[in-house]
Amino acid sequence: MSYENVNSTLGADFRLRPSATPRFASQVQAFVSPLLARYGIVLGFLALWQIASTQGWVNPSVFPPLDLILSALWDSLASGALLDDIAISLQRSGIAFAAAVVIGIPLGLVMGQARIVEQALDPLLQFFRQTSALALYPVFILLLGLGETSKVFVIFWATLFPILLATIGGVKEVDTKLVEMARTYGAGRLTIFRRVVLPASVPAIFVGLRLSATTALLLLIAAEMIGANKGIGFQVMNAQYNFQIPLMFAAILLLALLGLVANAVLVLLQRRLCRWAQPNA
Amino acid sequence: MSLAPATLRGEVTIRHLSKSFTLDGRPLPVLADVNLQVRSGESLAIVGASGSGKTTLLRILAGLDDADSGEVLIDGRAVKGVGSERAVIFQEPRLLPWLTVLENVAFGLDTRGVSRQEARSRARRYVQLVGLQSFENAYPRQLSGGMAQRVGIARALAVQPEILLLDEPLGALDAMTKISMQQELTRIWRDEDVTTILVTHDLEEAIYLADRILILPREKNAEPRLIEIDLPRPRDRSSPEFVRHREELLRLFGLH
Repeated sequence: MSYENVNSTLGADFRLRPSATPRFASQVQAFVSPLLARYGIVLGFLALWQIASTQGWVNPSVFPPLDLILSALWDSLASGALLDDIAISLQRSGIAFAAAVVIGIPLGLVMGQARIVEQALDPLLQFFRQTSALALYPVFILLLGLGETSKVFVIFWATLFPILLATIGGVKEVDTKLVEMARTYGAGRLTIFRRVVLPASVPAIFVGLRLSATTALLLLIAAEMIGANKGIGFQVMNAQYNFQIPLMFAAILLLALLGLVANAVLVLLQRRLCRWAQPNA
Repeated sequence: MSLAPATLRGEVTIRHLSKSFTLDGRPLPVLADVNLQVRSGESLAIVGASGSGKTTLLRILAGLDDADSGEVLIDGRAVKGVGSERAVIFQEPRLLPWLTVLENVAFGLDTRGVSRQEARSRARRYVQLVGLQSFENAYPRQLSGGMAQRVGIARALAVQPEILLLDEPLGALDAMTKISMQQELTRIWRDEDVTTILVTHDLEEAIYLADRILILPREKNAEPRLIEIDLPRPRDRSSPEFVRHREELLRLFGLH
């Protein structure tokens, strides 16, 4: 943002006080430039969308202007219509993610340490990993019915592997020199695990957690598009069937925001737990 | 309470120690029938060309590797595996990156069941001894190489071992830091009642720090040699006696 822009938005009064203006302008600039560098392209894209839609460069019934999307989002949130969907979606992905964490991390810690267990399970793991969870969804439906269980299970299935594999990787990459050091101080297997292996694996585990959180939302939508009557994913589909395009985009936007929030929470947690690895701790 | 007389504390006896590794399916002897007596409170340096087995010998003493045959006795008792009477200082500081300096120094006390409070106060004393009191709460990532190695030294000393085993502890430091650390080690050892066994490839370091130097030959049938360094501390690197010892060692390695 340039000097002129600031002046024009602040009005003519400021221009009469030359001593105040440059300082204020430079402060604004110092604040705005990094934002612009980071989000400039996003803002540009949104602006292009808005203009293209209102000017009729694209079909506004397929790409409605942003203000329509935002007001659709606001209306459905304020009226409480979407809240139920958000709640059920959070519940499905939350239970699945929590189960993947509770099973994936301990299993990964064991597998990373015990070569025999890892060798025995690795081919199976690699096979399942390469099989898309979505391809298995019909199987889960067959086994568990079309209700909540199969939806939660397919999300759980897809989120388990990133966490499991990241944990195994983290444990296996623990510096053996540190383990040896701990051994010379009389640390037994359990102490070494608790004080060396576990803390050393935390950064790798977080990589898996963040990957899994993204996967959870991805699978959530897919699961909710098949045989659901509630949920954000259902709303995306439903709005499209009913040609409520602004609402469809509103639901998509909500999903993106959900993903951003989930990632932000994990990043925050990681910062707290891995302060030692921060560049400016 | 040990029944051994106080003078025996930290005495190491090595008897007929042999070890070979397997390389391409063939046994490669590294140590062949090594015999050695390290006196209580003595500082012994082990030097030798690479492949002479000096690090292997230290690892066996530390209990990290097993010998093929022979035995190690500490204060008259045969030992196997690691033990609380020994502490090891490695070439790399090997600090736990998620612990602060103070927590790292307390690590060996924690694992040996010393109460948290006692461990903290003892750790604090040793952090002070190596001059890092203003870095107690720093993380290893924030330390220079020399500072990190001091933390490693403090951690080893904090468990108050009878025997300190050092595997090229200053090998990764720059020349200036190295010299100041050697001076510091001399100062620390003067105050701590501990037997030290130091593996190094730096002949000057060996002469500066050790009471005796064991030279391990690369040829396994040759006898290891022992050289006595009877100079007052702190030692003067440019004194004629010091220089004479260095020439003697260089000659033994065929370098002078």
